[in-house]
Amino acid sequence: MSQSHGNASGATSGSFASYASGFMLSVLLTAIPFALVMHSEMSRSVTLFVIFSAAILQILVHLHYFLHLDTSSSMHWNVLALLLTFLIMVLFVGGTIWIMYNLHYRMM
Amino acid sequence: MTESATSTIDGMTPAEAPHHDVAATQSLGFWFYLMSDLILFSALFATYAVMSRSFAGGPTGKELFHLPAVFVETMLLLCSSASFGLAMLAMRGGNKRAVLTGLLVTFLLGLGFVFMEVSEFRDLILSGAGPQRSAFLSAFFTLVGAHGAHVACGLIWMAVMLGQMVAKGLTRPVQSRLMRLGMFWHFLDIVWIGVFSVVYLMGVM
Repeated sequence: MSQSHGNASGATSGSFASYASGFMLSVLLTAIPFALVMHSEMSRSVTLFVIFSAAILQILVHLHYFLHLDTSSSMHWNVLALLLTFLIMVLFVGGTIWIMYNLHYRMM
Repeated sequence: MTESATSTIDGMTPAEAPHHDVAATQSLGFWFYLMSDLILFSALFATYAVMSRSFAGGPTGKELFHLPAVFVETMLLLCSSASFGLAMLAMRGGNKRAVLTGLLVTFLLGLGFVFMEVSEFRDLILSGAGPQRSAFLSAFFTLVGAHGAHVACGLIWMAVMLGQMVAKGLTRPVQSRLMRLGMFWHFLDIVWIGVFSVVYLMGVM
């Protein structure tokens, strides 16, 4: 039952290498969408696709390298709570946009 | 272990409960708080998504937002996340001086972020683009302001932890509080990814 110090929680485990690679990846995933919006003349749908892909990837990078979420048993409940929260968020945000768009369409 | 756990009488905790289990339980409880905060932010994001085109004849995001400044804000927050991570590494090594330095750097970077955001809000309000101008601006100030308020609270918490570290040293309770502050700080950086993508980048494109 004795746990090593490292996996007691999400904020302490990790090494210098993991923080460094997380930081580099985050800088890259921030710079790409900013550069695209500021300097490029790409079509709207391509730009949107890049913004959202970069954001989702960067969120995963943060969860993995900074918050050290993984599939180990000590992180089981954290991951489960996060998945449930994502489900609620998708229903919440998606449902709101769907209903309000529909309302807007019918009222015009 | 499971046998001794099931045989304990109601209301009595095992006397030999390992300290790390307490810290792990506290971290999990704090994680649940963060998840509920995430739902709060998703409500604000949903509101913003609905209001984002309701300009009421007022200025649009394209006219108001200054992307280079937003990029600097993003970098400030990202660097502060990384420096907090380094402070956590130093904490594991038991190097109190390095933890203090790392936390101080994180604090200053966070302060820079809040300062930039407040001055952005000030400029917007002075130029007549305050929260009362349009539904878009109301939603913008609510969402970005809620994130900024969280960062400001994180700064207060960090100042308290700096004081506790000086006064008490790196004791177990102080370490476990620092761990939760780290979770909070990294979480705010994740929310900011959503803010700069949905509000600023999509607002300008």
